[in-house]
Amino acid sequence: MPRTTQPQPADAAIELAGVNKWYGTFHVLKDINLSIRSGEKVVICGPSGSGKSTVVRCINRLEEHQKGSIRVDGIELTNDPQSVAAIRSDVGMVFQQFNLFPHLTVLENLTLGPIKARGISKSEAEAKAMHYLERVHIPDQAHKRPGQLSGGQQQRVAIARSLCMEPKVLLFDEPTSALDPEMISEVLDVMVELAEEGMTMVVVTHEMGFARKVADQMVFMDAGEIVEQGPPEEFFGSPRSPRCQKFLSQILQH
Amino acid sequence: MKKTLILLLPLLALAGCSSSSTWGWYVINPLTPSGWVNVKFLISGMGDTILISVIAAAISIGLGLIVALPGLAKSRGWRMVNRIYVEFIRSIPLLPMLFWVFYGLPIIFREMGMNVPIDPFWGAIITLALSDSAFTAEIYRAGIQSIAKGQTEAAQTIGLNYLQTMRYVILPQAIRRILPPLANQFIYIVKMSAFASVIGMQELTRRANELVVSEYRPLEIYTLLILEYLVLVLIISAGVRWLERRMGSDERG
Repeated sequence: MPRTTQPQPADAAIELAGVNKWYGTFHVLKDINLSIRSGEKVVICGPSGSGKSTVVRCINRLEEHQKGSIRVDGIELTNDPQSVAAIRSDVGMVFQQFNLFPHLTVLENLTLGPIKARGISKSEAEAKAMHYLERVHIPDQAHKRPGQLSGGQQQRVAIARSLCMEPKVLLFDEPTSALDPEMISEVLDVMVELAEEGMTMVVVTHEMGFARKVADQMVFMDAGEIVEQGPPEEFFGSPRSPRCQKFLSQILQH
Repeated sequence: MKKTLILLLPLLALAGCSSSSTWGWYVINPLTPSGWVNVKFLISGMGDTILISVIAAAISIGLGLIVALPGLAKSRGWRMVNRIYVEFIRSIPLLPMLFWVFYGLPIIFREMGMNVPIDPFWGAIITLALSDSAFTAEIYRAGIQSIAKGQTEAAQTIGLNYLQTMRYVILPQAIRRILPPLANQFIYIVKMSAFASVIGMQELTRRANELVVSEYRPLEIYTLLILEYLVLVLIISAGVRWLERRMGSDERG
């Protein structure tokens, strides 16, 4: 049974209630209930195939849920393209594979959304882009193509690209899993800084050091359901379910 | 193709040297006044062959994209629209389609109360563009599908709508894979434009047919005709290779 020690205010930034999803007959998400307040940092972990990425991808409609409700900033996510557009404008996403646009420069990657989707002027968009490139510590790479950057730099550009849309929530889908070990910390450092600045974050990751440092709420998923949920002290100190204990002992060994 | 040309030349030279009166290369010998008139007559079809091909290719490139997009949709209904179009159009041989467009389509227009005459020029263009569009649609579909799904997802998360995603993210990347096969389709169009001669279009093949009727030298005249197409296609091939090299260097940069 999931434990929730956090209060659940009505103005939750993200509210998942009884969310279910099937791929054909395969039940990937089983009755997911999750409430995330504005400014809260939630870390979702669990073995591969547990549905943790799917939860995050449902929040901005990269995947569709079939049952239950998802509300972001009070807007219910439905098939209505307007609700999808409204939610996507509030929610940024950082992918495991960065997904930068290889044919555009770093600067163009950052300004594409603001110029085309928001309709702001090119000079304003570029000023904003440079501002966020400085925040992720790579303003000097603005005119390179993504292919000329290291993995860690690419992921930081991807974070800056999301920030340029000035989202209320940032979703991270295993942001460091595709990186070489020596580049993980530069990306995590940027994420910690964002967390300190008060960004609402939902992070799927196995980086437990990061989780301990920034998480307000830990969520452990297995086989499509939330098995355990709570503040990090309790979660790491005294996990209750055997599945969570086993998972933590496996990934904390090293 | 170059090899064929090189093999062919000595053969023709041999034929020209022969004392036998079976050969009559003089009809297309540009060094004699009457031969030069004939050669000029044959080459005068070049303009229309190129014009028909270029316009048909331009239409096919636009139409192919419009047909390809529903083929990439999530909805089964849209994909069905794409499949039916592609399977139907590419199953029709060019000549029957040409007859249908040139002789049949005006009747449909007339029944609908519209006076849209279809001359040989536009009849040929419509037929070539329609026929080719089924193939260009498949080229677009394959090219767009070869771009990783993550690109579309990233574009969606920064708020781009479907058309913006295509215009700014997917097509600029897909075009590098699409352009070389599209250029090959252009060669196909140039060759198939010869069918326009059947409905009276004064292009290369028609000119040759007309000259054969008056000179009665089919071997010599059709040989020159083939060489005319060969030259056209070699020029396009060189263009395609230049394009591929340029695209390749773009990707590295």
